[in-house]
Amino acid sequence: MTDAVNSLVETIRAAAEAGRGLRLRGGGTKDFYGQALHGAVLDTRGHAGIVAYEPTELVVTVRGGTRLTELEATLAEKGQMLPFEPPHFGADATIGGAVAAGLSGPRRQSAGALRDFVLGVRILDGRGQDLTFGGQVMKNVAGYDVSRLIAGSMGTLGLILEVSLKVLPIPVTEATLQLELPQDKAIEIMNRWGGKPLPVSATAWTDGDLWVRLSGAEAAVRAAREKIGGEVVDDAGAAAFWTALREHTEPFFRDAVPLWRVSVPSTTAALEVPGEQLIEWGGSLRWLTTGADARVIRELAARAGGHATLFRGGDKAETGVFHPLAPAVARIHANLKREFDPHGVLNRGRMYPEF
Amino acid sequence: MNVRIAGIDADRQAKVAARLGQLLPEASVLHHQEDTRPYECDGLSAYRELPMVVALPASEGEVQAVLKVCNDLNVKVIARGAGTGLSGGALPSREGVLLSTAKMGKIIHVDPVARVARVQPGVRNLSITEAAAPYGLYFAPDPSSQIACTIGGNVAENAGGVHCLKYGLTVHNVMRVRGVTIAGEVIELGSEALDAAGYDLLALAVGSEGMLMVITEVTVRLVPKPELARCILAAYDDVEKAGNAVADVIAAGIIPAGLEMMDQPATRAVEEFVHANYPLDAKAILLCESDGTPEEVAEEIERMTEVLRKSGATEIRVSRDEAERLKFWAGRKAAFPAVGRISPDYYCMDGTIPRKRLGEMLHAIARLEKKYRLRCPNVFHAGDGNLHPLILFDANDPDELHRTEQFAAEVLELSVAYGGTVTGEHGVGIEKINQMCVQFSPEELEMFRGVKRAFDPPGLLNPDKNIPTLRRCAEYGKMHVHRGQLPHPELPRF
Ligand SMILES: Cc1cc2nc3c(=O)[nH]c(=O)nc-3n(C[C@H](O)[C@H](O)[C@H](O)COP(=O)(O)OP(=O)(O)OC[C@H]3O[C@@H](n4cnc5c(N)ncnc54)[C@H](O)[C@@H]3O)c2cc1C
Repeated sequence: MTDAVNSLVETIRAAAEAGRGLRLRGGGTKDFYGQALHGAVLDTRGHAGIVAYEPTELVVTVRGGTRLTELEATLAEKGQMLPFEPPHFGADATIGGAVAAGLSGPRRQSAGALRDFVLGVRILDGRGQDLTFGGQVMKNVAGYDVSRLIAGSMGTLGLILEVSLKVLPIPVTEATLQLELPQDKAIEIMNRWGGKPLPVSATAWTDGDLWVRLSGAEAAVRAAREKIGGEVVDDAGAAAFWTALREHTEPFFRDAVPLWRVSVPSTTAALEVPGEQLIEWGGSLRWLTTGADARVIRELAARAGGHATLFRGGDKAETGVFHPLAPAVARIHANLKREFDPHGVLNRGRMYPEF
Repeated sequence: MNVRIAGIDADRQAKVAARLGQLLPEASVLHHQEDTRPYECDGLSAYRELPMVVALPASEGEVQAVLKVCNDLNVKVIARGAGTGLSGGALPSREGVLLSTAKMGKIIHVDPVARVARVQPGVRNLSITEAAAPYGLYFAPDPSSQIACTIGGNVAENAGGVHCLKYGLTVHNVMRVRGVTIAGEVIELGSEALDAAGYDLLALAVGSEGMLMVITEVTVRLVPKPELARCILAAYDDVEKAGNAVADVIAAGIIPAGLEMMDQPATRAVEEFVHANYPLDAKAILLCESDGTPEEVAEEIERMTEVLRKSGATEIRVSRDEAERLKFWAGRKAAFPAVGRISPDYYCMDGTIPRKRLGEMLHAIARLEKKYRLRCPNVFHAGDGNLHPLILFDANDPDELHRTEQFAAEVLELSVAYGGTVTGEHGVGIEKINQMCVQFSPEELEMFRGVKRAFDPPGLLNPDKNIPTLRRCAEYGKMHVHRGQLPHPELPRF
């Protein structure tokens, strides 16, 4: 065990003994996300670096405190990428933080979510135990899939020491098209494309324009461009747009407070709420900036078969950041928290105030 | 003293059957031996046990009723789909109720626009694709058992198929699962959106081998059928060269729609059975598939051919039409039954290793064949590093069975030592429970038990599978292999 890991273990053990909470933190770029933060900061960045990377295995194993930019640059050198395009929300973002937050970017609609690419994790639980689940291989059904459970658990179940991720080649060709369309037409057409074998890797509707990114073999992208039509966006403009979308620096997100993230089935009709909307993921992700009552938004999302997160701003304490859970499911959450963190050390209350 | 038949306590059996009989139609509760016999084993037929009672609920409400009774009477419950599992996951217990989903086989709804299908757990894998086909859609995970196995079983095992390298495993293609806990409560995990609030309990449900809940409904993702698929058959005069070719394809930035490997004993067994016209003098063959638009496929096949040629292929054939492509695959998909014809019994392993160790593993298996005096043809999901060595034996010969088990244990432990896992897609069940002690530390196993407790506090759902007790590990006496490192790497293993 390295000194950095030893010191993390010691801190967690001491906190467990004293019944004190700790606040796990990488670059702090996602401090805004989740319920209010409590406890002394436990900085994860001392445990950084790439443990193993073999491009032919399509797997990288990396320490939690490694900067996301460093990881992405290492992969890009070998022509590979993190297919889920995780948002950074700041230059200091770490891969541990990205996995804990579980957020995915524009390519999620075609490539899959962050959790889909997690092959294994090494964590410290709330007793300071060093545990490894999953591994570095593509298929693994030995034991329960704890690695994917850790993804998106907001640091409440374990401190991520290492994570093994499946990576993919960067597409040979990409092209971005722009079509002027009202919201309901955009939703309809995105779903129509979804049912066709087209190389659509990302979509976004904002301010009356539908942006479509095609990725794949040159021939496939060329053929799809003909079928879809619209204006071709130049490469620099396209790259800037998709990055700004992922990083929430697009004009829509500027001053978008409170910002709601509403996840619904892709065919859900335009949400009837006052305020502005931006759509991603072929219709499945709706960003809302609205003054509407939280209960109204949650009700709307639930009725469509989805859920609503108070992503930025608003009254977190009053509203709750994450969508309320059904009682039987909430009980399982509390049970899991007790198994992984019996003394309530790790990011207590960051996800739901009850645990 | 109670009367026992086949180890079953007759009083208790009568009591459980009577309670279930009050809630389910008479024909849905079985306890006579002649009725329960068909359920005594799954695809791992070396293990057999008669269940105390078989229950065949026809709805989620009936599943709830069964589970409440079992919880109340402290009776174990083992869920069963089609019973094609290869690790004994659905092996019944003489003290337990076997809950079969055979009466829950309805496709509830196919939504071609949202590209999802909502189905009951007993629906067969292939029927989903058949129901989606009119819309140009299909369900991607295609286990070779797809004409028989159920979606409930696929979810419980996280089943894969020959196309999962590009299209993912069951976990990547299931959006939402409804299930009933041992307390009889209905829970819904995941959603028909792309994510759900809270912890990713859906990920825990997938691959949970019936130990956390009984699955009562599944929403799967449907994907558009590619316009065209073509397959390359490449022959090699050396297994290691074929193994390296797999890595070369991936290194070239290509993700084939399928990338499978068979060694010579496997191709020979298959050829007699289905006449796929495989080159029989080759030491190994690769099947490498491309799919997409016609333009895309043409471009990719060209790149693949070049890589395979450079990697030393002695012969390369590209399927000229759909009939020929299907013929290439017919051999691969019939590998298990074909091997079943040349030997009284075979034992299928399921380790997964990093691709770069494929060649090494094949040589190791060849040495083990000599050590245990048993033959072992190999079929691999090579693109994923998932191995299915098939040890041929005769179960009527106790010594052969014993040697087979030792042979298998060595291969699985070697998989862990190579940095892999004891099971890629068939599950732990009862079969690989000892090897779990090798792959995980006592603390990690205890955390698995914690996960089970979180869903199933009394521990009644399929309790004797998958996660070994500490005592069992102590009796097995094998050390936990730490993260791909053998305890004494300097010692020769063979
Ligand atoms: C010839 C052959 C080829 C095969 N090829 C492949 C392959 O290519 N890829 C692959 O992955 N597998 C393969 N298998 C293995 C097997 O088909 C899969 O594991 C399949 O998913 C099992 O489905 P089933 O319905 O038969 O489940 P069963 O065998 O009935 O049960 C399997 C497990 O799932 C649990 N279970 C079943 N239904 C439910 C439910 N409703 N709720 C909760 N738990 C449940 C059971 O308790 C058990 O633990 C093959 C098997 C055979 C015989």
